[in-house]
Amino acid sequence: MTDTNTTGGYLDMQLMRFTTAGSVDDGKSTLIGRLLYDSKSIFEDQMEAIELTSKRKGEKHVNLALLTDGLRAEREQGITIDVAYRYFATPKRKFIIADTPGHIQYTRNMVTGASTANLAIILIDARNGVIEQTLRHAYIASLLQIPHIVVCINKMDLVDYDEDTYNKIKNQFMEFAPKLDVKDIRFVPISALKGDNVVDRSTVMDWFKGSTLMHILENIYISGDQNYIDPRFPVQYVVRPQSDEYHDYRGYAGRIDGGIFNVGDPVKIFPSGFESKIKSIDTLNESLKSAFAPQSVTMTLEDDIDISRGDMIVKTNNLPESSQDITAMISWFHEKPLRLNGKYFLKHTTSDLRCMVKEISFKMDINTLERNFDDKEVKMNDIARIKIRTTKPIFYDSYRRNRYTGSFILIEEGTNETVGAGMIV
Amino acid sequence: MKKNNINHLRELESESIFILREVASQFENPVMLFSGGKDSIIMFHLARKAFYPAKVPFALMHIDTGHNFEETIKFRDDLAKKYGVEMIVKYVQDSIDEGKAVEESGVGASRNSIQTITLLDGLEELKVDCAMGGGRRDEEKARAKERFFSHRDEFGQWDPKNQRPELWNLFNGKKKPGEHFRVFPISNWTEMDVWQYILMENIDIPSLYFTHKRKVFKRDGSWLAHAPYMQLKDSEELVEMDVRCRTIGDITCTGVTLSKADKLEDIVEEIATTRVTERGGRADDKRSEAAMEDRKKEGYF
Ligand SMILES: Nc1nc2c(ncn2[C@@H]2O[C@H](COP(=O)(O)OP(=O)(O)O)[C@@H](O)[C@H]2O)c(=O)[nH]1
Repeated sequence: MTDTNTTGGYLDMQLMRFTTAGSVDDGKSTLIGRLLYDSKSIFEDQMEAIELTSKRKGEKHVNLALLTDGLRAEREQGITIDVAYRYFATPKRKFIIADTPGHIQYTRNMVTGASTANLAIILIDARNGVIEQTLRHAYIASLLQIPHIVVCINKMDLVDYDEDTYNKIKNQFMEFAPKLDVKDIRFVPISALKGDNVVDRSTVMDWFKGSTLMHILENIYISGDQNYIDPRFPVQYVVRPQSDEYHDYRGYAGRIDGGIFNVGDPVKIFPSGFESKIKSIDTLNESLKSAFAPQSVTMTLEDDIDISRGDMIVKTNNLPESSQDITAMISWFHEKPLRLNGKYFLKHTTSDLRCMVKEISFKMDINTLERNFDDKEVKMNDIARIKIRTTKPIFYDSYRRNRYTGSFILIEEGTNETVGAGMIV
Repeated sequence: MKKNNINHLRELESESIFILREVASQFENPVMLFSGGKDSIIMFHLARKAFYPAKVPFALMHIDTGHNFEETIKFRDDLAKKYGVEMIVKYVQDSIDEGKAVEESGVGASRNSIQTITLLDGLEELKVDCAMGGGRRDEEKARAKERFFSHRDEFGQWDPKNQRPELWNLFNGKKKPGEHFRVFPISNWTEMDVWQYILMENIDIPSLYFTHKRKVFKRDGSWLAHAPYMQLKDSEELVEMDVRCRTIGDITCTGVTLSKADKLEDIVEEIATTRVTERGGRADDKRSEAAMEDRKKEGYF
C-alpha cells in the first residue's frame, strides 16, 4: 500500500468499471461486501454501524451485505431498486462497481449499469445452477457489449465444494454461450460468505486451478476495450477566449470517442464535409502531439471553419456512417409504452435532434432469447428492435464497433424524461 | 504507463471535464458551489482545464454560514482574485435576519441544516438553472445512487425515485421552467483519488489540511475545533493538539484529525492507513443514519 501511494506507484493505476448481476439471494451484496472488506476498503465506523444493525436484527454473523444497503425506502422494503455505485482500489486498479438489481422489473437499471462497464460479474447459486435469470443477465451483458464476463458460481460451501457441480453449471452456461456476442467468458467457483476464491484462494477447492475473482479483476487486459481504430471526435463545446492573448483562438473541445488523433492529421468535419488539418491539441498542462479515447482535449484546426456543438471531427481516411434511417435495439425505461409513429427527442454523442419511430420489428424475449414478431407492445423493461427516422442525418458507427458513437437515448417531449436507450445495429 | 493508456486519475479527470463542458453547453445560467474545501477546489481546477485557454464561463457561489475557519475565507477570496472569477457569497446570517431561517440553539447547535434555505433562495434570486457541487458518491450511502445530473423540482427538492437513468456519456439536462439541476462532476472520485490528484497536479489547498496547533475538544468521539460561538458542555475540556482537517465545512460540525502530516505525501499516506471515513468526523451526519438522505431531499448540497 505504502509504495503505491507515495512513491508514484499510484500513477500507474488503471480504472476499471464492472457490474454485478444475480437473482435475489444469489449473494450479490455479500460478494460486494466481501470484495470491499477483503480489499480493506471498509472503515471502522462503517463496520461498527453494520455490526450494530446486524445485532439489532438478531443475525449471528456481521452481515456484509448491509455495507451496500442504499436509500431508506429500499432499506424498508429490504430490496435494491436502483443503480448504486461503489468504489474500492487495490495497488493495481481503482474499481467502480455499478451495483444493479437483477429482477426482471429492473432490466433498465441493469442496462444503465452495463453501459459503461468493462466487465460483468454474473452470479449463480451453485444449488440452483443456470436459471432463466442467468440467461437474461448474460444477454444484457452481451447486448450492451460488455467485453468480459466472469461467471461466479457462488455458495460452493453449500454443495460441499463439489467439482462436478461446478463443471455441470459451467457446461450449462457454455451451452447457450454461442447465442451471445461476448468474446471473453471466465468461470470461478466461490463462496462469497466464507471468502473462497474471492480475494484469497480457496484452500478447500484445490481442484480449481483458475484465477481468483480478485486476480481476474486486477489483471484482466482492458486496454483493448477502447476503440483505437476509428478516430471520432464529437464537438462538445467551442472555446473562444476573446482575450488579448488568445484573440483569434477557436478551439473545439470534446472527449475522444474512438481512435487516435495526431497534430497534422487531415480531418473531415460532419455535417459540413469541409476538410482541414489538426493544428494543435491543447490542455491546460501541455500541448499534446497526439490524443486518444477517452481523453478530453481541445483541438484547433489549420483553417477557419464554422464548427459547432454536435458536429463531428473524424480522420479523412476513416469515415463514420451517415444516415437519417437508423435501425437499433432499444431498451425501454418508461411506464408509458413506446409509441409507433411517436416523436421523441434524441441525444446521440453531443447532438440533439428529434426522431420518429417508423417500425417495431420484433421484441426480444429476454428469458429465452427468442424473437417475438407477434406482440409488439414495447413496455417498461422490454428490449426490441426498431427503426427510426431522424430529422437530420447522424454520424455513427454500429454499437458493436463503438459504444459511444453507436448509442443514443430517447427523451419524451412533454416530460423531458429519458424513456429509452438505443444501440445502433 | 503503456502507450495509449491513461491512469485512473486522468480518466476521472477526463470524465469530469466532459461533465463540466456539458453543463456549460446545456444550461443558461449555471453556478459552481464553492465551499473552500478540497472537493470544490479540485472541481474548480477541473473547470479551468475544461475551458482553457478561456476563463471558466460561470460564477462560483459560496454559502457562508458565518461559522468558518478564517483561512477558508481568505483562500476563497484569493482564488477568485487570482483566476478572475466572480465569487457570489450568500450569508446564512441574512436569512436569519430576514426571518426566513431559525437558528438552532443549545449545545451542538449548527447552521448546517439552515444553509439549505440560503442556498435555495440564492439560486432562485439569481435564476440559476444548474448548481454544480463537489459531492462524491463514496462519501455516504445516500449519495451512492446520486446521478451526475440530478433533477430538482420547482421547490429544489430531490426525489430519489424520480431520477433519470444515465447511460454511456449521454446526459439529459432538459427541464421545465422553474426546475433546476444539481450536477456533481466529481461523483466517481474517492477521497483517495482527490488527494492523489492534488499531489499529482500540485494543487494549492488551504493550510488547514496540513498539521497545525489548535484548541480542540472531544465530543461524541470526535475532535472538534473550538470557536467563540461554540458552547462547551461541563464535561468537555479545551486542549491544544496537533491536528489537521480532513474536510472543511461549518466549523461547528467539522471534526479534525490528530495528525502531524505536513506534506501532501504524508496526507496521502495517512488516508491510506486511516480506518475511519471522512464523514465519520462530521456531527451533522451522525444525527441519524438517514440524516444525509433527509437533507438531500430538502435540497441540501
Ligand atoms: N452459505 C452461503 N451463504 C451465502 C453465500 N453468499 C451469500 N449467502 C447468503 O445468502 C443470502 C442472500 O445473500 P445476499 O448477499 O443478501 O443476496 P443478494 O440478494 O444477491 O444481494 C444471505 O443470507 C447470505 O448470507 C455463500 O457463499 N455461502
